[in-house]
Amino acid sequence: MLYTNLKHLENAEDFKKAVSENENVMIICGRMGPMCIPVYEIAEELEKEYSHVRFFDMEFDNPASSVLRSLPETNGFMGLPFTFYFKNGKVVKATSSIQSMEQVKAILNSEFSVPVKA
Amino acid sequence: MDTGNHYDTIVIGGGPAGLTAGIYLSRARVRTLILNEGVAGGQMVLTHEIANYPGVETISGYQLSAIMKKQAISFGCTIKSNISVRSVDLAGEIKKIELQDGSAYTSHTVVLAPGGRPRTLGVPGEEDLRGKGISYCATCDGDFFTGKDIIVVGGGNSALEEAVSLTKYAKKVTVVHQFDHFQAFEYAVREAEENPAISFLMETTIDSFEGKEKMESVLLRNLRNGEITRFKTDGAFIFIGYVPNTEFLRGIVQMNSSGEIIVDEQMETNLKGVYAAGDSIVKKYRQVTTAVGDGTIAALAASACINEMKSKKKQTAFGYN
Repeated sequence: MLYTNLKHLENAEDFKKAVSENENVMIICGRMGPMCIPVYEIAEELEKEYSHVRFFDMEFDNPASSVLRSLPETNGFMGLPFTFYFKNGKVVKATSSIQSMEQVKAILNSEFSVPVKA
Repeated sequence: MDTGNHYDTIVIGGGPAGLTAGIYLSRARVRTLILNEGVAGGQMVLTHEIANYPGVETISGYQLSAIMKKQAISFGCTIKSNISVRSVDLAGEIKKIELQDGSAYTSHTVVLAPGGRPRTLGVPGEEDLRGKGISYCATCDGDFFTGKDIIVVGGGNSALEEAVSLTKYAKKVTVVHQFDHFQAFEYAVREAEENPAISFLMETTIDSFEGKEKMESVLLRNLRNGEITRFKTDGAFIFIGYVPNTEFLRGIVQMNSSGEIIVDEQMETNLKGVYAAGDSIVKKYRQVTTAVGDGTIAALAASACINEMKSKKKQTAFGYN
């Protein structure tokens, strides 16, 4: 179980719905470990600012996460979390292991768009 | 000055030292802001299980961090995480901290608790292969190396304990260490030496990591004869200690040659009203409990300093000297 404030994807249907119904999606697939927790917290912090992106997590040890783990973009990935960025249902970027706020923002800005400040 | 950004105390760092300072200061009705570059809990969230925190039988570092953060917030402390400090001006009576996003905060006192981070080797290939063969967490990534040959870099307790733990997954673990002896405790050395899946390369350092999509090999340098050899491996776990996050304080507060902040028994630095606590100060033992102790002292001292300032101001206002 992931103790985060992000929306959890519990099964393949949740995943399909998330990527088909939203244009810009970030999904963090991990455990409650030291490399994963910082990335969840970064996503939680960015949820408000990046209102045009939907943020989700999925437990790595949930068998249903094979929908993410089996994606070709994970070839060579050997560090949690696996983080995926989907645009219109297609993976546009994926990273392995811990990422900094700057790294996550850089991907969100380049693959989706820079948030418009109110 | 934007008074909305002015606090009695600003705490830089949200690990156990910073959060404890936040709890004590806020509870004492001191208007407190914690500016935290990473996630609340700092290095503590890296600990899978804490079994020696008095009063708590066992708890994960993440849970203990979450409780401390909740406590601090419940007393009125403001916490801003994932920020990046651009500059600090701590010399005057009003301390000023500027963030990379352009915002600025001021305060009467500051508690520096920036903590530390895992030391990296800084050799070619290390950054590119992070998550593709290089890891700093055996608990997180160990199972990706099931049936594989890996190396563990380091010679302290963490390196040897994690090497033993990684034999649950890896076929063969080679410990690479720069010295001819280990810094780990005797029990950890014995346990590693007695494990048939572990072998050792002493007086050896890593020159570079090689591989494109994943780790393929490392270039090892034998420190006795300078010989460089290519060593095939599927992964590397690096446990070579921690470095204090004090680069932004260089030339501002007094530090030792290792970049650790020098404090007195009140946790005060060489600057009046500037305190420091936790893993970033000069001390021998770095534990959650010692960080909590440092944070408590720093908070009480900062609180006393603010009370002194306020009472001086009152005396001046009433014409006392």
